[in-house]
Amino acid sequence: MTNTPAIELTGATKRFRTPSGALHTAVRDLDLTVAQGEFVAVVGPTGCGKSTTLTLVSGLEEPTEGEVRVYGEPVRGIDPQVGFVFQQDAVFPWRTVLSNVMAGPRFRGVPAVEAKERARDWLGRVGLAAFEDRYPHQLSGGMRKRVALAQTFVNDPAILLMDEPFSALDVQTRALMSDQLLELWAGTGSSENAASVVFVTHDLDEAIALADRVVVMTAGPATVKEVFTVDLPRPRTVEAVRLEPRFVELYREIWASLGEEVRITRERGVGRAA
Amino acid sequence: MPLETASGTASAVAGRPAAATTRTEARERAARNRRLGVYGARIGVLLAFLGLWELCARTNVIDPFNFSQPSRIWDQIWQWVSHGTAQGSLGEQIGYTLYEALTGWVLGVIGGVLLGIALGRIRFLADVFGPYIKVLNAIPRIVLAPIFLIWFGLGPASKVASAVVLVFFPVFFNAFQGAREVDRNLVANARVLGADNRKVTLQVVIPAATTWIFTSLHVSFGFALIGAIVGEYIGATKGLGLMVAAAQGTFNAAGVYAAMTILAVVALVTEGLLTYAEKKLFRWKPADAGDGR
Repeated sequence: MTNTPAIELTGATKRFRTPSGALHTAVRDLDLTVAQGEFVAVVGPTGCGKSTTLTLVSGLEEPTEGEVRVYGEPVRGIDPQVGFVFQQDAVFPWRTVLSNVMAGPRFRGVPAVEAKERARDWLGRVGLAAFEDRYPHQLSGGMRKRVALAQTFVNDPAILLMDEPFSALDVQTRALMSDQLLELWAGTGSSENAASVVFVTHDLDEAIALADRVVVMTAGPATVKEVFTVDLPRPRTVEAVRLEPRFVELYREIWASLGEEVRITRERGVGRAA
Repeated sequence: MPLETASGTASAVAGRPAAATTRTEARERAARNRRLGVYGARIGVLLAFLGLWELCARTNVIDPFNFSQPSRIWDQIWQWVSHGTAQGSLGEQIGYTLYEALTGWVLGVIGGVLLGIALGRIRFLADVFGPYIKVLNAIPRIVLAPIFLIWFGLGPASKVASAVVLVFFPVFFNAFQGAREVDRNLVANARVLGADNRKVTLQVVIPAATTWIFTSLHVSFGFALIGAIVGEYIGATKGLGLMVAAAQGTFNAAGVYAAMTILAVVALVTEGLLTYAEKKLFRWKPADAGDGR
């Protein structure tokens, strides 16, 4: 049972119909396996279809071709084991911080008292216990992101999908949030088995600092170009791990692969603009 | 020596807040003066307008029989207040009109919100009913008032009906638009967190659409009053609209203006109540966004 991969995409392809009626292929023939408890970072040029990959795994979208499996079962609709942290603010602006974190358990039919207890626990862990009565617009961007993390973690997801969650934050806040994410992640699951994470980012530093494996995507339509194993010891802190020689070595290796795709994307952009 | 330093620092520290307080006070005084200035200017504009009108009427620059004059309008209002109108006491007339407008408004809002959200959420319904609603909206609905008079008689029911058709459409279109334009991230987030379709509608779509709906509530209460007044004007036994019709029938221009003045006051008071309710309901919004209307 433990050998079943948490996430398995085989030959997944996703095409959209654009408003002008043309077919747009976002993801093509994608194969990707994520083991249980593994932290995988996905990097690729902007707009290549990384986010689409996540929506396929979450069940928000269905693949046009190919198959997506979660714990060996084909994905049909939204899987309750999945948690999703979005790139943009997706906390509910009309709910207080506490009510936002309670939303998940309440949607799933947990009694209010228990939901409140669990929400308070997670608010404590992200350091927002004193802000439970505030509304999201009264918080800073970093605090709102922490609310979003608590909101997702409170559901105890076995699979955690993160779509450039920290891209809107400033550099210092981002480093702090990365550390906090690693801490929270270590504390998930039933002790022996942490959640499996797919973390989409365009920041290679962030990817190497966080992940067990880094997947490099091609310029759109996205497919896997190369996979790198990050053999840096855990527990890590983002600021410290960046200074290790092995980190720099990995960075150089992966950038050689990623940089090429970034260049292709940019040249296409120039071609389109001309 | 150390004592001296300590006392020196203390006085320096004490000096700073004192200066700050005076500056805050000065700023507050300036703000207060500005506010008073605005109120003063407003009253000045009103007095100038009324004074000019009165003056023109008294010197026969304008015909006081057709255009009336503020003093006569005031006499008319005072007469209605103290001796009642030909149709009964003034309070009763205001009460009738308000009752018709409010009932029509509530029914129209409920219908508009329910249908707007339903059509905004369910694509099939929107596709089926969309064209019909567009056609109905294109009709100048105020002409339905005589038909309602035939259907429902001289009583309040016909006025409520005209108010409902006037209120329904703006509320419907706003609720529909609001339900359609909910942030897709919020819906996706709610669904991943475990909300089913019903919970998405009740706990995401409706709260998100309330901003849109409230915008239409302000406009639509005015429409409800128009519906009630026009209905009464065409045919009724009680109400402010009837008073306008009666005054017009006796060439009493002052009576028409007096009824209009009373209506304006009623509309302003209800508008104020609505704004108050909105402020209570939208505590979750940043304050400046609310003022930017």
